[in-house]
Amino acid sequence: MLLGPSLAVSAVLFTIGVTGVLVRRNAIVIFMCVELMLNAVNLTFVAFAQRLGVAGQIFVFFVMAVAAAEAAVGLAIILAIYRHRETVDLGNINLLKG
Amino acid sequence: MTRTAMSLVWLVPLLPLLGFVLNGTLALVRPTAKTAVSVIGVGAVVAAFGVAVAVVRALAVGHAAEPVVFTYWSWMPVGSLQVNAALQVDPLSAVMLLVVTGVGSLIHLFSVGYMREDDGYARYFAYLNLFVFFMLTLVLGASFPVMFVGWEGVGLCSYLLIGFWFTEQINADAGKKAFIVNRVGDFGFLVAMFLIFQHAGSLNFTDVFAKARSLFPLGSAAVTAITLFLFLGCTGKSAQIPLYTWLPDAMQGPTPVSALIHAATMVTAGVYLVARCNLLFALAPVSSAVVAGVGALTALFAATIALKQWDIKRVLAYSTISQLGYMFLGVGTGGGATVAGIFHLATHAFFKALLFLGSGSVIYAIHHAYHATHSHEDAQDMRNMGGLKAHLPWTWVLMWIATLAIAGVPPLSGFFSKDEILSAAFARGGVERIWYLFWGMGLAAASLTAFYMTRLMLYTFHGPNRTGERERPLLREAPWVMTGPLVALGVLSAVGGVLNLPALLGGSSRLERWLAPVTEAGAALLPAHAVASGTEWTLIGIAVAVALAGIAGALRMLRPADLLPAQRAPAETGFARVLWKKWYGDEIYDALIVRPIMWLSREVLWKIVDVRLVDGAGVNGAAAVSRALGWVGSRLQTGELGFYVVLFVAGVLFVLHVAVR
Amino acid sequence: MAWLTGHLTVLVFWAFAGVAIVSAAMCVTRRNPVASALWLVVTLFQLAGLFVVLDAQFLAVLQVLVYAGAIMVLFLFVIMLLNLGQGGPHDFKGVIGLGVGAVLAVLLLLQLSVLRHLEPPAAIALPPGTMAAQQAHDGLVGTVARPLFDAYLVPFEITSLLLLAAIVGAVVLAMRKL
Repeated sequence: MLLGPSLAVSAVLFTIGVTGVLVRRNAIVIFMCVELMLNAVNLTFVAFAQRLGVAGQIFVFFVMAVAAAEAAVGLAIILAIYRHRETVDLGNINLLKG
Repeated sequence: MTRTAMSLVWLVPLLPLLGFVLNGTLALVRPTAKTAVSVIGVGAVVAAFGVAVAVVRALAVGHAAEPVVFTYWSWMPVGSLQVNAALQVDPLSAVMLLVVTGVGSLIHLFSVGYMREDDGYARYFAYLNLFVFFMLTLVLGASFPVMFVGWEGVGLCSYLLIGFWFTEQINADAGKKAFIVNRVGDFGFLVAMFLIFQHAGSLNFTDVFAKARSLFPLGSAAVTAITLFLFLGCTGKSAQIPLYTWLPDAMQGPTPVSALIHAATMVTAGVYLVARCNLLFALAPVSSAVVAGVGALTALFAATIALKQWDIKRVLAYSTISQLGYMFLGVGTGGGATVAGIFHLATHAFFKALLFLGSGSVIYAIHHAYHATHSHEDAQDMRNMGGLKAHLPWTWVLMWIATLAIAGVPPLSGFFSKDEILSAAFARGGVERIWYLFWGMGLAAASLTAFYMTRLMLYTFHGPNRTGERERPLLREAPWVMTGPLVALGVLSAVGGVLNLPALLGGSSRLERWLAPVTEAGAALLPAHAVASGTEWTLIGIAVAVALAGIAGALRMLRPADLLPAQRAPAETGFARVLWKKWYGDEIYDALIVRPIMWLSREVLWKIVDVRLVDGAGVNGAAAVSRALGWVGSRLQTGELGFYVVLFVAGVLFVLHVAVR
Repeated sequence: MAWLTGHLTVLVFWAFAGVAIVSAAMCVTRRNPVASALWLVVTLFQLAGLFVVLDAQFLAVLQVLVYAGAIMVLFLFVIMLLNLGQGGPHDFKGVIGLGVGAVLAVLLLLQLSVLRHLEPPAAIALPPGTMAAQQAHDGLVGTVARPLFDAYLVPFEITSLLLLAAIVGAVVLAMRKL
């Protein structure tokens, strides 16, 4: 029930998340966009769970756990970066340069 | 009971192998323990001879029509190719077995005296024993691959022993030449094996020969190709035209090596191979004619070169090539002549080993004389010899026996074997005309053989001595350990003919009846040809007359007294120079084959293919591409996270694009 | 009545979906991080609503608790801690960045639109209403909990290790001096 519409909504939300990641520079906002993408995928899982069994919902459970862990570590990293460089602007963070 | 004695056949090759292992160990650990080396080296081969005699006696008692095959383990079980490590005892391998171990024993004994002073004594005997092992593998192998192992092994030992004194460039070069020229022949052998497997589906002698009649129609292209490729292998191993050039150079090795490997045994492997496959050759008349023709041509060609050589061993080397030509004329003619070829192989092993060992005895004496006076004269040049009969009486007598035997003077052994080959060729000429030509060439070669051998004897043993005033008193006979084997070989050369005394002369053709199980299938295929006994007597008369004419001609034309020592001798002129330069055979090969290959290798393969293509485009090109890609990659590494994200998303899009299609 | 229920469900679905999409767009486009975070909270709530429509009531509760409750609070906390409330002038990329982002976004949407019509193979699909029947039988929590402690026990335990590692990592990273 409502599988097609769910997938469509999920695709739109995912694309919005990707767009955010692509166009923003603020590390925290980018992080929030990543959370948005995760949620879009969760929506897909839930939609398919109706057809293919409860395993889809279990997966959402795990995704949430991972998202929580990721948020904790990620924000800690942002804090650490801010402490060093007084900014969370990715345009100024280019230590990865090869 | 006979079966039990015959099942000991594995001991025959194993004993020399054991000798090789022990002597090889001694060569590495204690090279000075010469007594132990002698006992092991000679003992292994003499013991092998003893076992071989027992095996052959057992075979004679049983006298089975079929070859007795002993399979030891599965060697190459690959799909339909099933090759076993198996040995085969039949009349033909029995003959070879006795020749190899018997003559081998005598030559090992001779080596004890000849090589005594050498530093590499243990190494020498290790190689010699290894050679005997491989030679026995060659003649006992029950299939083409097992035989090929021996075939390659004797080539390796030949290389090692030609270059035995490898500290001199010329010896090492001679070894390499022998090895490389033999590779050309081995290529032929390999291709022949592939073809046989393709057509017969097996490589065992018994299987292939059992199927041959039904598999190959008489004169079919397949069997002709197989036999011609086999013969290419033979020309390499047995030094026939066009691959004969390595054998004269192989004389750089120690003289007993020349006697054992390059006269009596290894070089006859090709003859053995053709005799072994006589059924296949009988199915391919063209190949038979090629074998006989090449044999006759080689016999004549090498004999002409031997006329003008001064190095005593080179005369004998060309004589060997010439006599091998006779053997090929025999086995190429097929039928009863196959037996004659093998007969000549055996008698030649006797008298040519005797000649080589006799020349070794001469060289030994002269070398010691020169060594004592610190002279740098050539100890092998006949112009530095002369008049040696007074100093080396035993050697003189024995070498005259061998000379008369090789010249074909009755009743010595060479007369019977050579006469049988020529008679058989003449008889086949009655069916196919071309064999008359081969017969004529063989006859001419016989005359030349008598001439150059008499020349060798005259210049070496007769006339005044040219060795030098100071050296003359030092010339003396070698110790008994060297003359003993000479006496034994002398007896064999003299009476070897009784092995196969023809019915015409009141004999019973024992060798022919003995080898009948091997040759009868092939003989049945040949057109019937026989000559009346009156004609046969005429042929014998012609052969003897020709031989005597050669000897008489040499005695009349040559004046040993006029000869000058090598250093003062004038250069050859005219046709003599052409013969002395061996018809410029090496020079022609050098210009036609060696130099073009060198040029191709240097100018094309090295300077263009290797430097430009492999090094330039291949190696440096790969490096340049990697560096360019690396440069692009390093430009991508901006350190901008945002840029990375863009690339990442683009990549994901690309993957999705490919995956979703 | 069934007809009315069906249409009502669809209506509710699109209501939640529409708000979710709009608020997600707002989240991405707001210059102020606090505004973005609040819009994201709205989106997450709408997703919780969609979960309910799609028979995942337990997950909907978790969504509100974990995401809206815990994770987003963490975000807001960090934003305020770092005093990033007003947003910088360089928060959005330049014209080229925006253009490239737009192009890639459109391409992605095109790709995903192909996937949208995906239907699971009939062989493995469950008949409609299975989920509701199971929930009626096991209860809303039981439906998820039973397989979680049964077939997915090992992954579930590993998740606890993951969370432990995350806690330790966060502490280590955020601490000024260890």
